[in-house]
Amino acid sequence: MIFCRTNIVVCVVMLLVARIVAADDVQVGSKAFTESVILGELATQLGNTAGVATVHQSQLGGTRVLWEALRSGQIDVYPEYTGTLVEELIPGTAADLAAIKSELYRQGIGMTQTLGFDNTYALGVPDTLARRWNLHSISDLRKHPEFRFGLSNEFLSRKDGWPALKRAYDLSPTSVTGLDHDLAYTAISSGSIDVVDLNSTDAEIGFYHLLTMTDDRHVFPEYKAVFLYRLDLQDRAPEFIRAIGRLEAAIDASTMTAMNASSKLQKVSEARVASKFLMSRFQVKTDPHEQGFAAQLFTRSCEHLVLVGISLAASIVVAIPLGVLSFLRPRLGQVILTLVSAINTIPSLALLVFMIPALGIGTLPAIVALFLYGLLPIVRNTHAGLAGIAAGLRESAIVLGLSSSARLLRIELPLAASAILAGIKTAAVINVGTATIGALIGAGGYGQPILTGIRLADYKLILLGAVPAAILALLIQGGFGLVENVVVPRGLRIKARN
Amino acid sequence: MYRFESVSKFYSGELVIDNVSLTVPRGKTTALIGPSGSGKSTLFRLMTGLAKPDAGTIYFGDQQLDDKCIGAVRKRIGYVIQEGGLFPHMTGRANVSLMAGHLGWARDKVESRILDLMKLTRLSPEVITRYPSEMSGGQRQRVSLMRALMLEADVLLLDEPLGALDPMVRAELQQDLAEIFRRLQKTVILVTHDLAEAAYFGDQIVLMGAGRIVQSGSIADIQRNPVNDFVKQFVQAQRTMLFSGAQL
Repeated sequence: MIFCRTNIVVCVVMLLVARIVAADDVQVGSKAFTESVILGELATQLGNTAGVATVHQSQLGGTRVLWEALRSGQIDVYPEYTGTLVEELIPGTAADLAAIKSELYRQGIGMTQTLGFDNTYALGVPDTLARRWNLHSISDLRKHPEFRFGLSNEFLSRKDGWPALKRAYDLSPTSVTGLDHDLAYTAISSGSIDVVDLNSTDAEIGFYHLLTMTDDRHVFPEYKAVFLYRLDLQDRAPEFIRAIGRLEAAIDASTMTAMNASSKLQKVSEARVASKFLMSRFQVKTDPHEQGFAAQLFTRSCEHLVLVGISLAASIVVAIPLGVLSFLRPRLGQVILTLVSAINTIPSLALLVFMIPALGIGTLPAIVALFLYGLLPIVRNTHAGLAGIAAGLRESAIVLGLSSSARLLRIELPLAASAILAGIKTAAVINVGTATIGALIGAGGYGQPILTGIRLADYKLILLGAVPAAILALLIQGGFGLVENVVVPRGLRIKARN
Repeated sequence: MYRFESVSKFYSGELVIDNVSLTVPRGKTTALIGPSGSGKSTLFRLMTGLAKPDAGTIYFGDQQLDDKCIGAVRKRIGYVIQEGGLFPHMTGRANVSLMAGHLGWARDKVESRILDLMKLTRLSPEVITRYPSEMSGGQRQRVSLMRALMLEADVLLLDEPLGALDPMVRAELQQDLAEIFRRLQKTVILVTHDLAEAAYFGDQIVLMGAGRIVQSGSIADIQRNPVNDFVKQFVQAQRTMLFSGAQL
């Protein structure tokens, strides 16, 4: 027990110290796919080698998350693609590098030269299927509306993705499913879909025997890789900008594909892949800074406990009074219960993204989101526990002459303790699961290996996150049994046993 | 002790107490009796301030019962309900001493009062340390009575205190209660649906029907001079129950 408590304190202190120390470091961000993580690693290792303290907040999520984080100063630099800039982030800008650069400059953002490869969108089909129907270009797909399309969610919704493609090629497949890009490969190799969207440097194209359909109508824009950085870095860490400048025109498409393949298919860590590249290309020796299994598990556990612990404590402090209030003032209670229920209908990822403009990325917005999700079960159980007290007991307390505050503290809350505790338990167990999504905005925790595992189709990594999360949920469940002995009055527990 | 002057009470549009005037004499036992829905429980809720009259006035002593004085009045009322109404999360002792503790009584004063009350209610000392769920029904009612008497209440309000007990325990507790009432000489108001019980305790019996007082007086009065058919039938029904019970 004491050991546990000390551990948690150590975790919190470590995280806080890490935050404070890290505030001055250059923060590199990357999106939640392998190529972006490798590019992020390259920048991080080059920065550190150049003597600039650099931290990599890897796989933070999608384009929007990174862009907002860069603009609000949560991160200083991240790898982006010119096509994404023109189509999504600064729409209306001409698709040439000078125009993009000057528009970004206007917004306080700098851009490196291109890194040397183009990772545009493409469609892929299994080569057996391509041979059978003699398919070479996207136009050929028009003749096969029966093909099942499995497209990444981002591709489905971006203007330069599926909507543009569908219009340009007049495609109308009968089945279009949105799914995670990395899961799409698993789906196509198992034969449950026929067409996937690809990135042209994807490692899996060869591995899964896919054929790339040529974009014969030139719908997809160029997606040349660049680094975006905050212009204030020029003053804060000019050496850093010089360091990542070495990557300009240094990586061609086949090199990038090979790096993706060695990370995704041979399961070499991105840090090591980046380090190897820097060695062979520039003869620069860098420290891939890899954590051992135990250290990683410890870090993730600390992060996860901080997320769940702080958010749950905040939920308890706010939700119990709210539950009491909604019991005492039924009409207001309706409003409160409706509001907290409404919060829980917001998908967690959406809630996290909403918070980035106000709270940035990292632990804080994740804690706030988890805190909000934790309110409903506790408010509702507090209300239900109080409402469920027998009328005879409530009235006996009134007629005895106890003041309303004494009734609440000495009679009503103890009688509702069991229900309230059940609500807290539900909130805690839900939080342990939901907290894994915090990894998408840089909050770490068990979600980090799960996210990496999904990205790399590495089941061991997924389990490295999922198993401790499940164990933590079970521990919490068990721990509450002990808490129950303290919180729920003995007289009520005897009754429960009878 | 209590005086009702033309009191009426509606519950969700329905008249449940219909122009009732009633005097509860000090130091005597009054039994409220009547079929379910006759308004006897509502009358009780009006006396404890759990409900407020829609018309008419209720006096406690010389004081008109209102929001201002209800807190003070409640400290002079001891209240026992059918299942005892003991708080299940507290031991018997904690239940009994709850209000005394709240009012800041000294520890030894609380202890000596509890000892007196245990003697009075003939409760064995080990029972008081138990939780309500560990007590028998009769023990719970005795502890509940102790709680009601703890602050030296002037008035005891008992809402079917023996209703949930089996016959043997009930008979024993009936005798003990009668003895306690006789010794304390307090004003007692007791709700029951059992005429024999009302007769056993009540110096005055108040028979209610459809929100009105149909007849009040001694048991002899009610049996010999029933004011109407309702009273006759009520008395008859209770006798029939007794006989059919005896035949079984």
